[in-house]
Amino acid sequence: MDGCMTNYSPLVGTARSSLRSAETDLKDPLPLVLHVPTAPHRPGDSPRFEPFPDQPGDLPKPDTLSPFDLLHNHAIGMIRVLGADGAAAGPWDPQLSPQQLRSGLEMMMRARCLDVRMIGMQRQGRLSFYLSSKGEEAVAVAGAMPYSTRDILFPSYRQPGTLLVRGMPLLAMMCHSISNRHDNVKGRQMPLHYSWKAGNVVSISSPVGTQLPQAVGAAMAFACRGERSVAAAWIGDGTSSQGDFHHAINFASVFLPPCILHVVNNQWAISTHCQQATGGTAFALRAEAYSLPGLRVDGNDFLAVFAVEQWAIERARRGGGPTLIELVTYRREAHSTSDDPTQYRPADEGNGWPGGDPIDRLKIHLIQRGEWSEEAHQSLDAALDQEVVASLAHAESFGSLASGLGHSPSTMFDDVYTNLPDHLRNQLREMQIETAKDEPGNSILPFVGKDRRAAG
Amino acid sequence: MPKMNMIHAVRSGLEVMLERDPSVCVFGEDVGYFGGVFRATQGLQSKFGPRRVFDTPLAEGGIIAIAIGMGINGLRPVPEIQFSDYIFPAFDQITNELAKLRYRSGGEWSAPVTIRTPCGGGIRGGLFHSQSPEAYFTHTPGLCVVMPSNPHDAKGLLISSIESDDPVVFFEPKRLYRGPFDGNPEHVPPWRDQPTAEVPDGYYSTPLGKAAIVRGGEEVTVVTWGTMVHVARAAIDESGVDAELIDLRTLAPLDLPTITTSVEKTGRCVVVHEAPRTCGFGAEIVALLQQHCFWSLEAPIGRVTGWDTPFPHAQEWQYMPSRERINRAVRSALAA
Ligand SMILES: Cc1ncc(C[n+]2csc(CCOP(=O)(O)OP(=O)(O)O)c2C)c(N)n1
Ligand SMILES: [Mg+2]
Repeated sequence: MDGCMTNYSPLVGTARSSLRSAETDLKDPLPLVLHVPTAPHRPGDSPRFEPFPDQPGDLPKPDTLSPFDLLHNHAIGMIRVLGADGAAAGPWDPQLSPQQLRSGLEMMMRARCLDVRMIGMQRQGRLSFYLSSKGEEAVAVAGAMPYSTRDILFPSYRQPGTLLVRGMPLLAMMCHSISNRHDNVKGRQMPLHYSWKAGNVVSISSPVGTQLPQAVGAAMAFACRGERSVAAAWIGDGTSSQGDFHHAINFASVFLPPCILHVVNNQWAISTHCQQATGGTAFALRAEAYSLPGLRVDGNDFLAVFAVEQWAIERARRGGGPTLIELVTYRREAHSTSDDPTQYRPADEGNGWPGGDPIDRLKIHLIQRGEWSEEAHQSLDAALDQEVVASLAHAESFGSLASGLGHSPSTMFDDVYTNLPDHLRNQLREMQIETAKDEPGNSILPFVGKDRRAAG
Repeated sequence: MPKMNMIHAVRSGLEVMLERDPSVCVFGEDVGYFGGVFRATQGLQSKFGPRRVFDTPLAEGGIIAIAIGMGINGLRPVPEIQFSDYIFPAFDQITNELAKLRYRSGGEWSAPVTIRTPCGGGIRGGLFHSQSPEAYFTHTPGLCVVMPSNPHDAKGLLISSIESDDPVVFFEPKRLYRGPFDGNPEHVPPWRDQPTAEVPDGYYSTPLGKAAIVRGGEEVTVVTWGTMVHVARAAIDESGVDAELIDLRTLAPLDLPTITTSVEKTGRCVVVHEAPRTCGFGAEIVALLQQHCFWSLEAPIGRVTGWDTPFPHAQEWQYMPSRERINRAVRSALAA
C-alpha cells in the first residue's frame, strides 16, 4: 500500500516522454557542450591587438536631447578625438583652451606620480596595500573635470585622480593611505578608500559595484528637489556582472534621473578577461535594451573622455536623463600590490595596447599645438614628483600605520552610530581596562566588578 | 605523510573529490585559469579541464544561483566566494533558496552545494576583507556551517562537506592559510612544524558536526573555532592554566555533547570568537550552556569577541581578541 503511493508519479512520466520527442525532431544539431570562454592572451602567447577601427571624426555628435536609438553606433563604435598624429579632429573635439588642457595634463601627471610613489612605498613596507591606476588617468581626470562641485561623484578605487580633481589635497590623500592621525576616515579603511565630502565625493567601499545604483538614487534625490545637478558613478568591466549594475541601469531607465553610469573597461578584472565577463559585444550597448543612450569612448583619449562627459552632463541637466558610458582603457599594472599578473597574462601584453598612454597622447597633442614642450613636461614631472615626495614626508611626520601612530584605538567605537550607545560605551571601557597595565586594584574583570554585574 | 599548509590541504581536498566524483565542479571569481587569489584551486583547471573548474563573471549572487541550479540538476558544485565579506550579494540565494529548498519542496528537491569562502582578520584587510560572518548562516536553518582551524581538518571536513547532501558554508580562516596564528601579528610560524600539517594525499574524511578537543584540561573550558583556536591555545600555554580547549570545527549542526561534557567537568567556560559580540555564535553557546550545565557552573561564562563595530584597518590588533584578553577572561572565570 505504502509502496504503491510513493511510486505513483504520473507527471514524471509525461515530462520524460515529451523530452525524448523534442530531441528526435532537431534539425542539424550542433554539439552540445558547456561553453567556457577564455581570455584572448595568456602567458606564453604573443598578444596581438587590432588597432581601433574607429577614427576621430567617424561618429557624429548629436544634440544632447537626441533619442537614445540615434546613438546606436556610438554604443558599438568608439568616440575618439585624438588621432595617431596627436591632432584633434571631429565633432567631439571639446575645443578646450590650452590652459584647460595643461591643467588636465598636470592633474594626470600628478596622479601618475602619486601612483608610482605609493607603489614604491608599499614595496618598502611603509604602506599596507596599494592599487595602481597607471594608464587610466584620463578616465579619472577628464572624467571628473567637466562636473560641477554641486554634482555628486561615486568613483571606484581605480580613480584616485577624481579626488585630486575634486580638490582633495595630496597630503590628505596620503594621510588616509598610511592611516595616520590625520586620516579623515580614522584608520578604518584600507588605502585608496578615500572619502571627500568637501569635494562631494562619496566614500569608496570595497564591495564592487554597490555605488552604481546608489548614484541612481542620489540622482533621484536631485530630481525630487528639481535641482539640475548630476550624480555619476564608475565601476569596472568585471563589476558590470554584478546584480547592482542591472539594478542601476534598470532603475535609471524607469525613473530617468540625472545620472551618468560609467563602465571602465580596462580589459581585466584581476585575472579574468572582459571576454569572460560577458557574451555581449560592448558594455555601452547594454543601455539600448533599457532605452537609454550608451556611449563607448577611447578611455585614454583625454579630449574624447572630456567631450563625452560634457555631452552626458548636458543631457542630464537639460532633463534628458541618464547615460551609460563605457571607457575603453587598459590596466597597465597588477590588479593590486597583492597580485602578480604574469601568472595570468603575457608580461608584454600592454605594449601592444592600441590606446597608448593618456598622458603621452595629451602631451603630444599640446606640443603639436605649440602649447607645450618636452622640457616643460620634464620639469613639471620633476616638480610634481617633488611635491608628492614632500607630501609623503609631511604625511609620515604625522605617523603611519607602520609606525603605529594612528588614531587612538578608542576611536574605533566612534561613528558606528551617530551617538555612542551604552553597549559600545561599555565595550570601550572594557577595551581600555584590558589594554591598561595590570595594576593591583585595577579591576580587569569585566564581569567580576564590585557589584558582580557583567559589562558589555 | 606529506606536510601541507591549509591552502594545499584545501586544494588537495578539491582534487580528491574532482577525481572521485565526476559530478563535482569548482568555480568562482579567478578560480579557473589563475587558481584563485589565495591559490586554493591552482592547477585544478589544467588537470580537470575548463568544464569542471572555471572562472565565472564577478557576481556572487549569480555564482551561488547557478550552483543551486547545477545542484538541483545532478551536479555537486563547489563554488568559491573570494572573500566572505563578499558573500552578501548571494545572501538571498543562500538563505532563502539554498537553505530552504529541501524543506519547501517537502523533501523532493535539494542542492548539495559547498560554498568555500575565506574569512576572518589578521591580514590588514580592513572592513571588507576581514569579516567573520558565520552567525548569519548559523542563524539560517538548513545550512551546515563549517570552519576548520588546521590543514588536516580542512581537507577532511571539505571532503565531508562536498559529500554531504545538505548545503554547506565552508569558512576558511585566511590568516591560517600559510601558518597558525598565535596572536602575535609579526610572527608567522609555518604549518610544517605542526602535527596537524600531516595530511594524507588521498581520500579521507573528517565528520561534520563533531568538535575536537585540542587540549584536555580540568580547570576551565575554552570553546572557540577558526583562527582563535591558535590564539586561545597560545594564551592557555602562556597562562599555565589547565584549560580544556575545544575547537568546534562545525558550528551547525553543533556538537553540544562535547561542550557540555567538558563544562560539566570544569564548571567554568570562556567562549572566544572573532566576530562581533552581539548575536555572535558565542551567544548561542552561552545560552545552551546555561540551559544544560547550569548546576555545574561555578562562574559566569565569559565571552571574548570582536567588538560590536565594523572590523577596522588600523586598529586591527585592538579589535581582534588577543592572547591577553583571552587570558584575562580565563583568569576571571577561575577567580569567580
Ligand atoms: C562584491 C565583491 N566581490 C569581489 C571582490 C574582490 N575584487 C576586488 S576588485 C575585483 C575585480 C574588479 O574588476 P573590475 O570591475 O574590472 O575593476 P578593475 O579592478 O579592473 O578596476 C574583485 C573580484 C570585491 N571587492 N567585491
Ligand atoms: Mg577591469
